[in-house]
Amino acid sequence: MKKIFSKPKVMTDEPTTYCPGCGHGIAHRLIGEVIDELGIAERTIAIWPVGCAVFGYKFFNLDGAVVAHGRATAVATGLKRADPSKIVFTYQGDGDLAAIGTNNTLHTANRGENFTTIFINNATYGMTGGQMAPTTLVGQKATTCPYGRSIQNEGYPIRMCELLNTLEAPVYLAREALIGPSHIRKAKKMIKRAFKLQIERKGFSLVELLSSCPTNLRLSPGEAFKWVEKNMVPYFPLGEFRTPEGGKNA
Amino acid sequence: MNKILMKGNEACAEASIRAGLKCYFGYPITPQSEITEYMAKELPKRGGVFLQSESEIAAINMVFGASAAGVRAMTSSSGPGISLKQEGISYIACAKLPAVIVNVSRGGPGLGNIAPSQGDYFQATKGGGHGDYHLIVLAPSTVQEFADLTTLAFDLADTYRNPVMLLVDGLIGQMMEPVEFKNTRYKIQDTRYKKDWALTGAKGRRPNRIVPFAILAQDLEKIVLRLEKKYQLIRDREQRLEFYNPTKMKVSFDVILVGYGTVGRILKTVAKKAQMDGLNIAVIRPITLWPFPYKEMREKTKWAREILVVEMNNGQMVEDVKGAIGEPIDESKRIHSYCRMGGVVPTVEEILEEIERITGSKK
Repeated sequence: MKKIFSKPKVMTDEPTTYCPGCGHGIAHRLIGEVIDELGIAERTIAIWPVGCAVFGYKFFNLDGAVVAHGRATAVATGLKRADPSKIVFTYQGDGDLAAIGTNNTLHTANRGENFTTIFINNATYGMTGGQMAPTTLVGQKATTCPYGRSIQNEGYPIRMCELLNTLEAPVYLAREALIGPSHIRKAKKMIKRAFKLQIERKGFSLVELLSSCPTNLRLSPGEAFKWVEKNMVPYFPLGEFRTPEGGKNA
Repeated sequence: MNKILMKGNEACAEASIRAGLKCYFGYPITPQSEITEYMAKELPKRGGVFLQSESEIAAINMVFGASAAGVRAMTSSSGPGISLKQEGISYIACAKLPAVIVNVSRGGPGLGNIAPSQGDYFQATKGGGHGDYHLIVLAPSTVQEFADLTTLAFDLADTYRNPVMLLVDGLIGQMMEPVEFKNTRYKIQDTRYKKDWALTGAKGRRPNRIVPFAILAQDLEKIVLRLEKKYQLIRDREQRLEFYNPTKMKVSFDVILVGYGTVGRILKTVAKKAQMDGLNIAVIRPITLWPFPYKEMREKTKWAREILVVEMNNGQMVEDVKGAIGEPIDESKRIHSYCRMGGVVPTVEEILEEIERITGSKK
């Protein structure tokens, strides 16, 4: 019988540690497919975050490092500057990239560092148990905003693509949601485009993926996808915010 | 080779480039900014990478990245900035990455001031960051030694795959002295150390992974035990001190003075003067603050009637001296501590007075 579907070659046989319905598994697979299709596994280095994806290094046959919370872009900067011939990507969550590491994210993008950031926005701190994230929606409950995020106390959720789009240097800023086949296909195109731009040494690229965390949303996987679509997508509009051809609003 | 008149900070930067430094990341802070400025001017011309980071936190994590790529990497700062780097230093230590960190220290705590101080001794030698780890800490006392120990720092970092800190006070960083660079051959990639663990892409080999964590207690304990084994090797092999004995012939001393860095050089003048007053005095100047030279400290002080530890802090190294000599920290009668703080540099005269006080009171 002919094999017509399998896991990407760059991924290991290690079972992932993610909950059913979690967006990480989908995002991992998309990155794996892109790396396979571009044939860059032997020169790609992954920078893994603190959070549920801390075990990411186990799931890919790639050189990689696990680094401090928020500092993935700083580590990637050092690595890529030391050896510009390598393909480097960081994989970061919303707390990592948009709270503790905002300074590093902003300055990395502003310098136009030639690597790719995959930004998983699930509006919560997954691994630590559902605390409020910088992207937690107004009114959304979390263990550290048990009555729902209030504008008075916690301010508004941060839209990172839009924020970074005010900078001159980034070459690619895009946002998709991992909530169904058509969106997932678009997300893969974006990831591929980001990696291609890096290969062409064009500069900094970031793909934000709206992602579900059923465990902390206290929802079933199916309901969690719907929750993302209904609540996150209206606040975090999808599309390519910056391309080499110029800005294009969602 | 001719001697060049240079600031300590510049000598450190030049020695680093000559040692094959590939990537430098730093953020401005007095009194170390000359290192960052020298690197900005020189490093790109000589095949290296200079980047002014957005913060000290970013700088140390950039060092993590560059070192993980297998090249020689370095950052420098002063007290407050070094405090910010501590999380990154702990990660680098756990990840077994070589790195050189320079602390041209200043008065603390808090914003403190920019005067020379040794107040970061505990931070440098007792951890600073979280968890079970050690830095190798080198403490030069002249501009020449600053340059020489910088070269050594890169070699030790690569040999032991461990972060090495050069701890100097602002005085050594800012003063100008003649310096001679011994290793003139510049090479960007030091081939003496095989870095087969580096992240260079998994081509024709299994992936290299730098993972400074272990979720299970038993696994993390194994990591710590492996580090501890390495630290013991470093303790056995790398303890360094200078023993300065102006009397040459004596084997027993009225007073042995102990001090490092700037204090170490002041104590030499003190010893010479006190000898003219008829006292037998020697100086012990620790060069490695970690590993602390316990063994030689113990041997050399055996025949000293009194021991005076002079520091530009609130009495931090004196605890290690007491530990080395084996006397209780809170009730040692033979070991005395004389401290100036806040960036005050002790004078020869006041140390002589202190010697008079401790020797006189026992007469």
